[in-house]
Order: sequence, then C-alpha cells, then structure tokens
Amino acid sequence: MYKIAVMGDRDSIYCFAALGLDIFPVEDPNLAVETIRKVASKDYAVILITEALAARIPEEIDRYSERITPAVVLIPGVVGNTGMGLRNVKRAVEKAVGSDILN
Amino acid sequence: MSVLSVNPNRMELTNLKRKLVTALRGHKLLKDKRDELMRQFLELVRENKALRLEVESAIKQANNSMALARSVMQNEVLDVALRLPKQQLHLEIETRNVMSVLIPVFKPEFKTADSGDVYSYGYAFTPFDLDSAIKALSDILPKLLRLAEVEKSCQLMAAEIEKTRRRVNALEHVLIPQYQETIKYITMKLEENERGNITRLMKVKDMMLAQAHQYGR
Repeated sequence: MYKIAVMGDRDSIYCFAALGLDIFPVEDPNLAVETIRKVASKDYAVILITEALAARIPEEIDRYSERITPAVVLIPGVVGNTGMGLRNVKRAVEKAVGSDILN
Repeated sequence: MSVLSVNPNRMELTNLKRKLVTALRGHKLLKDKRDELMRQFLELVRENKALRLEVESAIKQANNSMALARSVMQNEVLDVALRLPKQQLHLEIETRNVMSVLIPVFKPEFKTADSGDVYSYGYAFTPFDLDSAIKALSDILPKLLRLAEVEKSCQLMAAEIEKTRRRVNALEHVLIPQYQETIKYITMKLEENERGNITRLMKVKDMMLAQAHQYGR
C-alpha cells in the first residue's frame, strides 16, 4: 500500500488534505530537503510539490528522476509559479531527442 | 583510422571477424530499441504535456477558490473543517515493462466507496468557495495520478533513450569502424606476407636451378 504526499506552503496544499493525501507543510529549503528524504524513504509513491518549493531544491528533485518511486510531480501553488513543471517536460524531450520538438 | 594493436595473424583475424558480426547485430538491435523507445516516448510526452496543462489550470482554479474561501474564514475554522479527512487514498503500484524500461502504473484505492465523498465538514459554517476548491481538486485527482505516472515514465524513458543512443553511436562510430580497419590491416599484412613468401620461393628456385645447371659459369 503506497500513499501520496503533498509538500509546499500551507495555503497551497491544504485542500489536498481533504482528498485523503498526506500533507507536509514546509517552506524552508533545508527543512524541505529533510522532509522529502524522509518521505521518499517511506511508502510514498507520489510526491506532489509546489513549483515554488521545488525551484529552491532542484538537485534534490533530480535525485528521484531516475528511480521508479517516488514520482515527484510539480504542481502550481498559490504564489511563485514559474512554469517549471512544463519546463521539466521540455527538458526530458531535449534529453531524449536532442532538441525540443514539441512546439 | 585507429587500428587495434593486435598481432596480425589468422587467429586474431577470425576472432575479430566474429566480434564484428556480434557488434553489427548488437548495433542493429540497439537501433531498433532506440527507435521504438523514441516512438513510445513521443506519444507519452505529448500526453504528458496535455495532461500537465489541464491539471495545472484545474489546480490554479482550486487555489483561487481557496483564496476566496480563506478570505472569509478564520484559520481555526478552516483547520477544523479540514483536519479530519473522510477520504483516504492509497495506491497500488504495478510495473510495466516497455522495451526493458520499467515504468510504474498507479492504481488508486479509496477508503470509501464513493471517491467523490471528500467533504470532511458540515456545510453550515464554511463558504461555498471551499467546496468548489475541493471539488475541483477531487475532479482532477485521477488525471493528476495519470500525470504522475506519465511524467515518471517520460523521465525514465528519456534516460534510457539517452543511454541507448550513446551505445548506438559508440558502436556505429567507434567500435565497428575500428574492427573493420583492423580486419583490413590484418588481411593486407597476411597477403603481403604471402607475396613475400612467393617471391622468396621463386628466388630460391632460381638459385637452386642455377646451382644445378651451372648457369652463368
């Protein structure tokens, strides 16, 4: 049985609690790294993280990109949306194809 | 180009020829793998992009509703409303093998029979914006899970494609030419030896004839 974690600032992720996901409100990057490591080592298959928080710990996010679980998915938060999620999709295309051919 | 440093003899030649055949077959197989991975990757990544746009706009909408709800609610009331969720979501993970890349498949399992049963509060003391925020999120949840699955698959496949492409290129541009050059070098060397041998034999024959018949004396 795997669970889903949601990380980010409290305002952005509070709604997810109602859906039965586990929320971890963090804003400090150091604490976020600590939390994501703790969460990843437990039975969490998916970690939703706000773009604003993910933008501050990019190396940590990249660590999980080549493992099957957890799947780290960026979601837009209340503030600080940078389109980082879409950019990551483009990056995957560039890695695989050599150039971005989606546009 | 670069020739491997080997002894130019027949045994090496046979070995190299065998290696070349293996390399050529490996190259063809890896190229096929790369092409198929690429085809599947492009399908997935298109889905990924579409899903992401959809999910992001839904979450933004939910956030907007939430902001409205928060503006008329006190923190404590909101806390009370959301503290004890009714719904609990678990996932089952299966792995699927796509061209030897293992990708996850998530199967959601809800605690209650109705997956839309998410309102953990009475409606009397909460604004309807909160309801619509939660409704929006609950509606997009299946797509969000699919997005997680697809995005993970894309990342894994991109890494595998990159690896395979490197292997294909290394075979195509380094290993195979090297083998071919070396085979050519050994063949030439052996032929040269053969010619040298023939000339030597002819020379010896001439010398022996000259001795036997006392030519030139």
